[in-house]
Amino acid sequence: MTNSITIFKREMISYFYSPVAYIVIAVFLLSSGYFFARILALTQQATLMYSLANTQVILSILAPVITMRLMAEEVKSGTIEMLMTAPVTDFEVVFGKFLAALFLYLVMLAPTLLYVVFLGWVGEPDMGPIMASYIGLTLMGAMFVSVGLLMSALTKNQIIAGVLGIVSLLILFYLGYAVSGTEGWYVPVLQYIGTFDHWEPFTKGLVDTKDVIYYLSITVLCLFVTVRLVESRKWR
Amino acid sequence: MIQVEHLTKRYGDKTAVDDISFQVHEGEILGFLGPNGAGKSTTMRILTGFLPATSGNAKVAGYDVFTDSLNVRKQIGYLPENVPLYHEMRVSEYLMFRAQLKGVSRKERRAKIQEALEKCGVIEVQNQIVGTLSKGYRQRVGLADTMVHDPRILILDEPTIGLDPNQIRQVRALIKELGKRHTILLSTHILPEVEMICGRVIIINKGKLVAMDTPENLISKLRGVATIHLEARGPFGQIKAGLEGVPGVLSVKGEDGTETHRFVIETDKGRDAREEIFRAFVDNSWVLLEMKKETVTLEEVFHQITTREAEEAVPGGEEPAFKGGIKETVSSLFSKIRG
Ligand SMILES: Nc1ncnc2c1ncn2[C@@H]1O[C@H](COP(=O)(O)OP(=O)(O)OP(=O)(O)O)[C@@H](O)[C@H]1O
Ligand SMILES: [Mg+2]
Repeated sequence: MTNSITIFKREMISYFYSPVAYIVIAVFLLSSGYFFARILALTQQATLMYSLANTQVILSILAPVITMRLMAEEVKSGTIEMLMTAPVTDFEVVFGKFLAALFLYLVMLAPTLLYVVFLGWVGEPDMGPIMASYIGLTLMGAMFVSVGLLMSALTKNQIIAGVLGIVSLLILFYLGYAVSGTEGWYVPVLQYIGTFDHWEPFTKGLVDTKDVIYYLSITVLCLFVTVRLVESRKWR
Repeated sequence: MIQVEHLTKRYGDKTAVDDISFQVHEGEILGFLGPNGAGKSTTMRILTGFLPATSGNAKVAGYDVFTDSLNVRKQIGYLPENVPLYHEMRVSEYLMFRAQLKGVSRKERRAKIQEALEKCGVIEVQNQIVGTLSKGYRQRVGLADTMVHDPRILILDEPTIGLDPNQIRQVRALIKELGKRHTILLSTHILPEVEMICGRVIIINKGKLVAMDTPENLISKLRGVATIHLEARGPFGQIKAGLEGVPGVLSVKGEDGTETHRFVIETDKGRDAREEIFRAFVDNSWVLLEMKKETVTLEEVFHQITTREAEEAVPGGEEPAFKGGIKETVSSLFSKIRG
């Protein structure tokens, strides 16, 4: 675990020396701020519900940008040789990188708390859904980041890793979205697999174990597969 | 300290390391010599646990590199071939990260990093971004990294490649210095380097081990005969006959000059005939103007060992014959080296 924290700290240093972190944060704040203002003006309601419903797509795009270089860059630049010949396990490396990406993701979300403050100032927001939303955003972030990390372990080209991550997350999103409101035996299956339907309850203030388990299990699964991919480097 | 037994590594059907066995003893500096693509880096990657071997086994500091990799990695400091570093970090940050990762305790960290910075001469660039350093300085940062946790064993893959002559000299001195406290395995294709810093040399070529000895022995064993050059004054015929009579002398070639004569003498490699030659001159009152024993450099040894094989391998047409050719060449080389 201490090794994971060491890796985590190094990744944070790299994030803040590179422009990617700032670009991602700026893009997120601009887009989420835009939606927040537009939707607030339209609905005249002191709620984050509708604006957060939109952020899922933005996050599906930004999370893989956060994670794309994590493994790919190590392989490409050869630093993986230094890293893996130090006394660390593959899991510690993967987990440390996962923590760093999740942390940056949370840093990116943090300024949205200002919207909450603003809502409290102009009206009387219902804090239940807002708190649930942040729990949901964190869980969703863990999952998105783990999917992105997995893609980063698949290739040494970070752009490909980013595109793969974005495409997979958008497919997962549309799986649920496309069948929403239709009928058929596959509808519940796709809705469970897709990300779309797991997110909405949080915005309404519902923290359902079904959704929590969904996010966590996909996160664990992706981390597990990532560790396996990192190990498999040796056998390729 | 390092035991390697029948190590083989294949990439697909390409054999990079072919049944290599050797040992590195505690406290020695062992040079790992071979031309490009010989399998030096591959062997080192196996020893450091970065790559698995196809077959055979290896132990480092008593731990098996396959089953006990984590313990092995705690014992070694490894400098990979092209010194991959995180270019966006500062030197001091990088070394701090590496020290933490290698389990240097919080109390010791500052001192150990300071010591490594000093030894490798990178103090003045410690706040610089790694990516902005020159190649030589990156190399030194890599070296500082390998020693920051004071490991028992250093594995250095071409530590002086890409340095300017001054830096090469400094790094060699540093490695020699490190050799007093660490066991070192280092690879190179620069021969004088091996002669200068290594106590023992292993030569590998195309994945096969072709020689293992001290640099001096390697040189003398490879020579079938030792050659002595003479310049002398006196009766040519008598001198020639006299020289032929000296024990250990195999052949004498002479050049009858007007003033002075030149001789090239081939002697048994086992014995040094110079003293007896000198006595022959004294006893007969001939004048000896010059006597020189031809010395072979490791360069020539290396060249002979590695090129002869290639030359002989070329004509081989079919696969099996080709392989047999190499094997025979290697074994004949071996017997030649063994003397
Ligand atoms: N990942 C790989 N896949 C396939 N072949 C490889 C791989 N790595 C190395 N090889 C091959 O294995 C052989 C040995 O390579 P290695 O890097 O160990 O040589 P080396 O002795 O370090 O050479 P150099 O002096 O050029 O560094 C080479 O023929 C190389 O092409
Ligand atoms: Mg090499």
